[in-house]
Amino acid sequence: MAKEYETVIGLEVHVELATKTKIFCGCSTAFGAQPNTQTCPVCTGMPGSLPVLNKQVLEYAIAVGLATNCDITRYAKFDRKNYFYPDNPQNYQISQLYLPICRNGGVEIETQEGGVKTVGIHEIHMEEDAGKLIHDEWEDCSLVDYNRSGVPLIEIVSEPDMRSAEEVIAYLEKLRLIIQYLGASDCKLQEGSMRADVNLSVREVGAKEFGTRTEMKNLNSFKAISRAIAGETERQIDLLESGEKVVQETRRWDDTKGESYAMRSKEDAQDYRYFPDPDLVPILVSDEMLADIKARQPEFRTEKMKRYKEEFDIPDYDIEIITGSKHMADLFEAATAICKQPKKVSNWLMVETLRLMKEKEVEVEDLRFSPENLAKLIALTDCKAINSSVAKEVFEVMFDENVDPEQYVEEKGLKTVNDEGTLRKTIEEVIAANPQSVDDYHNGKEKAIGFLVGQTMKAMKGKADPAMVNQMLKELL
Amino acid sequence: MSIMDMTAVELAAAIKAGKTTAVEATEAMLARIEEKDKNYNCYVTVDKKGALAQAKEIQTKIEAGELTGPLAGVPVAIKDNMCTEGLLTTCSSKILHNFVPTYTAEAVLNLQRAGAVILGKTNMDEFAMGSTTETSAYGVTKNPWNTEHVPGGSSGGSAAAVAANECYYALGSDTGGSIRQPASYCGTVGMKPTYGTVSRYGLIAYGSSLDQIGPLTKDVTDCATVLEMIASHDEKDSTSVERQDTDFTSALIDDVQGMRIGIPSDYFGEGLDEEVKAAVLKVAEQLEQKGAVVENFDLSLVEYAIPTYYTIAAAEASSNLERFDGIKYGYRTQDYAGLHNMYKKSRSEGFGEEVKRRIMLGSFVLSSGYYDAYYLKALRVKALIKKAFDEAFSKYDVILGPVAPTTAPKLGSSLADPIKMYLGDIYTIAVNLAGLPGISLPCGADKNGLPIGLQLIGDCFQEKKLIQTAYTYEKVRGAFPAASKEVG
Repeated sequence: MAKEYETVIGLEVHVELATKTKIFCGCSTAFGAQPNTQTCPVCTGMPGSLPVLNKQVLEYAIAVGLATNCDITRYAKFDRKNYFYPDNPQNYQISQLYLPICRNGGVEIETQEGGVKTVGIHEIHMEEDAGKLIHDEWEDCSLVDYNRSGVPLIEIVSEPDMRSAEEVIAYLEKLRLIIQYLGASDCKLQEGSMRADVNLSVREVGAKEFGTRTEMKNLNSFKAISRAIAGETERQIDLLESGEKVVQETRRWDDTKGESYAMRSKEDAQDYRYFPDPDLVPILVSDEMLADIKARQPEFRTEKMKRYKEEFDIPDYDIEIITGSKHMADLFEAATAICKQPKKVSNWLMVETLRLMKEKEVEVEDLRFSPENLAKLIALTDCKAINSSVAKEVFEVMFDENVDPEQYVEEKGLKTVNDEGTLRKTIEEVIAANPQSVDDYHNGKEKAIGFLVGQTMKAMKGKADPAMVNQMLKELL
Repeated sequence: MSIMDMTAVELAAAIKAGKTTAVEATEAMLARIEEKDKNYNCYVTVDKKGALAQAKEIQTKIEAGELTGPLAGVPVAIKDNMCTEGLLTTCSSKILHNFVPTYTAEAVLNLQRAGAVILGKTNMDEFAMGSTTETSAYGVTKNPWNTEHVPGGSSGGSAAAVAANECYYALGSDTGGSIRQPASYCGTVGMKPTYGTVSRYGLIAYGSSLDQIGPLTKDVTDCATVLEMIASHDEKDSTSVERQDTDFTSALIDDVQGMRIGIPSDYFGEGLDEEVKAAVLKVAEQLEQKGAVVENFDLSLVEYAIPTYYTIAAAEASSNLERFDGIKYGYRTQDYAGLHNMYKKSRSEGFGEEVKRRIMLGSFVLSSGYYDAYYLKALRVKALIKKAFDEAFSKYDVILGPVAPTTAPKLGSSLADPIKMYLGDIYTIAVNLAGLPGISLPCGADKNGLPIGLQLIGDCFQEKKLIQTAYTYEKVRGAFPAASKEVG
């Protein structure tokens, strides 16, 4: 009988913090600028330059630590991790090894069986990102862009508490939501503002000791993570079954090929010669600072769900979806605050927004329309200035370009025509042009009126109120 | 009085009074450098054009009443490990042979705001690693008192330039004695302030937790004045301290009545040259006669200072010097195969022997498996040394001793035996480990006419006590001859 195996997984999650400036200098962190335009002596490692900690980074790291039930280290330090690589201008990365800012935390996740389990967090530390290397194949040279050098990161190191890809995804989603709610990062895997390395080993069910683990890198989506976990589990089991040993090594996942290859083994692991960075003074987290950050912690999802149930008359399912993303919840609350119609706002989010997101493959964080414009659109339909089909049409443009619906309706002449004279004239023309349908109606075929309404709407180019058309048709017939 | 014989403060006063100009003083210095520097090699770079342009601009501002400070218009020399925008900054290393910074060090900016004219950059031991200025990639600097001797180091170019009258004052940096020891060998005044007093922003780091910029001057008055100008709280340097008491010139008082002076017997033991010992102890007597209370005490931890210092400084240096890799600036080897070969060759060819020795030492003590036994232990000893000084300063205002065991050694006699050279730092390095201020000033000469240095050490932030004691002694001692007069 074949042996039964268990997969043991721990994660190292890097999150790029949403600060305006870098961790140790005043350079902008904005994405997409021309190479090396957001740099200074500090983040390019010029001789004589010195780092100064951006306080916002510390506050975000502490906020994430508090939200994940960590102990906050009241006397923390930065350490230098020494290694030579051109994307790292000082040839050491400023990170935290000996006294990281947060330790001994954990978050609860729902298991597949419907239960709840805690995934422990070993530590959270602050560090700086490296620059970006661009290899120019044509010129046979490499270029470095230091715009990203010094962008603040936190690394969240979990305990080896997860046992399946589903638990890993649940843990990552939980982390992502907490961090998004804090506003500490947008946590986009595709764009790299959230990156997860998977440490995985297998062991026979019931075994006490962990197996030898590997570290998997280059995982850019939840799907890639799931596939990599399945692939690596299988590879390790195959090795053990064939009597071989798992080698402790770092591997790189190739999602297109669906396989991984070894990058470096433990034997050639570098000695990083970590030591406390003498350029940075120890971090003292005062009672006041801690209390202040605690006081500023936002309402997290569970509390928000509870409040929505009390405050808004919308279905539980809607609440679940809306609070599942900080951005969606913010949109909902802001639009509702303006138009005071939670149900209608929720409807727009649940129906049209979700439909268009799926159709256009847009992530919730990338929704572009503003709550102000959504509230305006709702007001336009409320006063019957536009009908529902025009509203949907306008919403799609808002979804793409965040246009002002009032302006757009005005410019495109989409307003419902409420002028009875024009409508009467059009209906008379429709009646005259469709004698057969008129006859059908008089002969008791109620459905025929639907066709006539449609013809009228078409003649009005959709700018009529269907209810009003219906009523007037009946009168004239 | 000729402007050549003036101190920095005297020159500024003369310029202010319209007796001379910044341009005249700058031209005089440049002519002097032109004439004499081939004998001493104090400078790596002389910025003739830049200095004259600055002098003209500053003179205009002085005349317009915009610059009124006590150093306005005075020409200065800067050690070549401080960044100066647009002006070659080499750290006396081949690896930075072509490095022109894009910004200026904060301490230098402070001087520029005070109206300093920068003459150029002075020679030093490569990356400030050395005690003789013989490890420079740009030739040795010679002691103006006797060109067969070293000027000390690592700020040897700065000390020699002051002694040779090739500038009115200079900036140096002190990691283990690199200002005080060359000041002593060259018969000038040199001060290492309390760690955090002068911004390190723009100082190319050697041992970050020990490095401090400080003045090298002709007398104590200039020393206090320059320190007052360069001390500042700098938000760009996390280790910079906010101080309210940087009016150092207020301590230029001729009085040591009741000043408690401790003489550490450990500073006068084996290895100390008899002439140096006699000269330094004579100062204690003279101060006692002026009303100071002098007492002997034990500071035995000092013997551990050398291994502690070379562990910590080398560890920090091994990391600080990683950025010199031939990728972004500085020297890159001609032929290489691949990235790692380029790193290896560029660094092997770009760094000198002493720098490589300390990088290896530092890398070793930080290595996995050795970190606890060396680096961590050194940090613990450092804390104990600080504690020993804290105890001493609960009893004394000032600690008095020699700067170095001997006067300036002969050229070429030190580098062959690095351990012996390291031992020469015994009296200066504990001050850096404890973050204390220390001042060096001349207190005599040996039978060969080479200057002997006196060291006064104070508690953290007690520079004023040092200045007051040094100023009082200077009055007792009388004028100390400038080297330039001795050797011409």
